[in-house]
Amino acid sequence: MRLFQRSTHPALRGHNSFADAIIYLILVLLTIASVVPIVHVLSVSFSNGNEAAQMGLMLWPKGFTIDSYLFVFKGPALLHAYGVTIFITVVGTTLNLLLTITAAYVLSRSDLPGRGVLTLFVVITMIFSAGIIPGYMLIRNLGLLDSVWAMILPGAVSAFNLILMRNFFEELPVAIIESARIDGASEFRILTQIVIPLSGPAIATIGLFYAVAHWNEFFRGIFYITDSTKWPLQVLLRSVVVMADLNELGMSNRDLYGQLTVNQLTIRAATVMAAVVPIAALYPFLQRYFVKGIVLGAEKG
Amino acid sequence: MKVDAIPAIQSRQTRRAYGAISIWLRRAWKQRQLYLLFLPAAIFLIVFAYIPYTGLVMAFQDFSPRRGIFGSPWVGLEHFQYLFGRAGFFQILLNTVLISLYKLVFGMPIPIIFALLLNEIRWIAFRRVSQTLASFPHFLSWVVYGGLMVIFLAPGGAFANTLSALNLQDPRLLSTPATFRSVLVVTEILKEFGWSAIIYLAAITAIDPTLYEAAMVDGANRWQQMRHITLPAIRGVIVILFILHLGRILDAGFEQVFVMYNPSVYSVAEIIDTYVYRIGLVSGRFSLGTAVGVFKGVIGVILILSSNQVLKHLRMPTIW
Repeated sequence: MRLFQRSTHPALRGHNSFADAIIYLILVLLTIASVVPIVHVLSVSFSNGNEAAQMGLMLWPKGFTIDSYLFVFKGPALLHAYGVTIFITVVGTTLNLLLTITAAYVLSRSDLPGRGVLTLFVVITMIFSAGIIPGYMLIRNLGLLDSVWAMILPGAVSAFNLILMRNFFEELPVAIIESARIDGASEFRILTQIVIPLSGPAIATIGLFYAVAHWNEFFRGIFYITDSTKWPLQVLLRSVVVMADLNELGMSNRDLYGQLTVNQLTIRAATVMAAVVPIAALYPFLQRYFVKGIVLGAEKG
Repeated sequence: MKVDAIPAIQSRQTRRAYGAISIWLRRAWKQRQLYLLFLPAAIFLIVFAYIPYTGLVMAFQDFSPRRGIFGSPWVGLEHFQYLFGRAGFFQILLNTVLISLYKLVFGMPIPIIFALLLNEIRWIAFRRVSQTLASFPHFLSWVVYGGLMVIFLAPGGAFANTLSALNLQDPRLLSTPATFRSVLVVTEILKEFGWSAIIYLAAITAIDPTLYEAAMVDGANRWQQMRHITLPAIRGVIVILFILHLGRILDAGFEQVFVMYNPSVYSVAEIIDTYVYRIGLVSGRFSLGTAVGVFKGVIGVILILSSNQVLKHLRMPTIW
């Protein structure tokens, strides 16, 4: 979905260079304001520590060096947290899609007796959540504290994404599904051989919704994981970047002695950038599919 | 005669009812494969969404994990009485609503203005680049974006250095109660406005271009076209988003506050969710934490259902 495909009207409309200049100025300022923190910290992460510590806003590295990144990846902690996050993203998203696709297909079938009740069963979980403490108690009783599964299983079905997926499926032509049923195909076959192949973009969109949520998983890590060797990336980031606790990288502030080019500031900058880069690399896909998702969600309500 | 007739009617009705049930069951049995396909998701929802509902009884108990839900003594509304008797709880409630409302009032116009202005631009490459850049931060977690802000604003950071180069004092935005909420609102806007604009841009794209042509023939200038064609066309979306946001007014942004706040600004930044976490999980007062959660959940349901009713009343698309 390209938002600017049908953009005929501005070209037809009155043109005023002064108004245009103001408009461009506002747009440039807004855009810069939203991304300048990222550019600044990126510049700091590639800078010489002593110089960066003296600087104001930076749009370019000062005394270019990659030492901060070498330092950050020297210890095992960051790579380990990457591993945990990649695991919960891959396994979690797979489980999410399996459960969401099957249930959404069922709810999309208008000829299903009891469809309204089943939909309500799903929607209730979206309106009212038991909250933090009952959720914690469940995980504790299941013996999942300090297990990566505590970050995968509780969110395995998102009611919101399920309803969104159902809306996608409801757009599919009913006649194809009908004729397959008359030919005696099982529901499982209809789902895997007709519905799923026809829904590639929808599945990609919702898969990315889930994947980004897993990549950014934070609270379940804070709530359920106390063993820092099992922390996901975001929890480690909070310790290192926000709390400035370099011990969590598997090294102490003592390791900074004798470092000429690296200091606490550039290390925090490099750590946070290590989490931005994968999102930035995937961003072209994310943006394309997410726009599709948000537009469809908006149209269907 | 009359006495005999009544059982006859009853049995006919009963038979008809049984008939309807058996027809329904037969229809349902035909679709048994579908129920089977629904089962895995249903099990997950029961275990991870419905079973925790039973944990809400902790709010009415003096719960201890050792004794469990069945062994802990009941205390009725004691925890709620405790909460409502404390000024601190009202401060937390106030913080939550204020932060949420500030975000709504100051945060809603920016993406609308951004979308309207982008739409005025002819240079399509500029529009794409601007929109692509501005919506990027949406995909970052608050740990990352908040972390960037903390690095930038912390004492001795770039912001302080810039001010000291200008001979100004560092206002310590992150640790001053007077400024902290503004930091929350501004950083939220910076992170989300580009992404939020997409939904308005989508609505603008759907406008019939002949409307503009007609307006131009009638001599309408650009401002008038924006005011009388573009803005009315996205008014529906604005109303929907506004009402949806009102329904979520008790969600002030848990992750953002949690990442960015510190003890020196607890008085203005502690919100319901952070309070539940600190009192319930950190201090281990499970019952009190659950009571706060119940309070938030009940108000939340009322707000969401009302906002949905309002949308229905306005004949607008609803959440479900």
